[in-house]
Amino acid sequence: MWPKINLIGSTRHILTLFKKDLLLEIRQQYTFYGVLLYVASTIFVLYMSMGEPEGAVWKGLFWMMQLFICVNAVAKSFLQEGRGRLLYFYTIAGPRDFILSKLLFNALLMLLMSLVSMALFVLMLGNPMPNPLAFVMISCLGGISLSLVFTFLAAIAARAQQSAALMAILGFPLVIPQLLLLGKISTIAFETVLQGGLMEMNLLLGGLDVLIVALALILFPFLWKD
Amino acid sequence: MIRQSWWKILSVVMLVYTAIAGFLGEVPAKPILNETIRNLYFHVAMWFSMMVLFTVSVYYSIKYLRTNNHVYDIYALEYAKGGIAFGTLGFLTGMIWARWTWGAFWSSDPKQLGAAIALLIYFAYLVLRNSMTDMDKRARIGAVYNIFAFAMLMPTIWIIPRLVESLHPGGMGNPALDTHDIDSRMRLVFWPGAVPGWTLLGVWITTLRIRLQLLAEKRMAQ
Repeated sequence: MWPKINLIGSTRHILTLFKKDLLLEIRQQYTFYGVLLYVASTIFVLYMSMGEPEGAVWKGLFWMMQLFICVNAVAKSFLQEGRGRLLYFYTIAGPRDFILSKLLFNALLMLLMSLVSMALFVLMLGNPMPNPLAFVMISCLGGISLSLVFTFLAAIAARAQQSAALMAILGFPLVIPQLLLLGKISTIAFETVLQGGLMEMNLLLGGLDVLIVALALILFPFLWKD
Repeated sequence: MIRQSWWKILSVVMLVYTAIAGFLGEVPAKPILNETIRNLYFHVAMWFSMMVLFTVSVYYSIKYLRTNNHVYDIYALEYAKGGIAFGTLGFLTGMIWARWTWGAFWSSDPKQLGAAIALLIYFAYLVLRNSMTDMDKRARIGAVYNIFAFAMLMPTIWIIPRLVESLHPGGMGNPALDTHDIDSRMRLVFWPGAVPGWTLLGVWITTLRIRLQLLAEKRMAQ
């Protein structure tokens, strides 16, 4: 049940799989630019309908945007792999290496997307924050947290041979606690006077991320086998 | 043990006791709460029952993944359905209670949000299962989602209510109830009567459904 963990070997596997995803992305130039266009046009639509909203609305819109960006960016990661190719990966690398490489790649993708959408938000919807630098950090943390949950859900949806729609149904209730936490933590950037307990929430969010990675490592091998 | 009748009789006795002592017994007179404090015997006890049923469902999901025995999948599904039924009842009783103490059925209190999230997650579990036709695949992927969702839900229910303000009894601390609000007379109904009574009733309903499912499988096999 528990295979002996070969640290060097699996690190190499993870890096190779990660590099393969990166290379595919650079060659095809589909996900990144596709999602980029999605981000830009959605923010433009928001700008057309909202103008420059005040802080609370800005924050709410930003996290809702992140949620939809995440679904779109991550959905492809498993759906693009055909049945035969998955079988091939299964023979050359373990399921744990595979899911870790996907988690890594999607976290990086969402990190980039968070930064881009943050920049576009400030450009178009204005900057209501007294402390924007803190919000850069928070949006990176948020992007990574969301990407972890949705990567695992994308794996489930792909195994069920379903579209991204199922992913959203499965994922939205699950990420509400994370979004609530992120909304609370965001006040660091929006207020000059802070209430207590925000550091604890940061830790809680980090703890949730660790929990998700651990669950993915334990559960993905069961998902994988046919 | 499932087919024995002593615990079913015990459940009925406990629930009759809960109903009689719950409506006629003495309760402490609290401002705002007044007589609605009796909802503790129904609403809070139903939540306890839901948690037990969901936990048992996850236990059988883990067991399914370890053994690949199809029977455990039926157990996991039916316990989850039982939990959903009790969760819905707890939700409704809570909303009725909130109408007469907070003034509205829904006031987006963190406790209500947590409850709604829990129900949405388990509805998603049912949708996910129905999206597949292959029985083995359905069982395996369902089990994986069940475990994942349960592990994500627990922090939501137990930690977040402690971080944000709430009007719910127990306030910032315990998510379910404030031990200062109830006295020993109420405890005598709540712990020996309401909690085990509702939980046993949930298990009883679920085992009946499991037996029905197993019989249906048997007929299919013939």
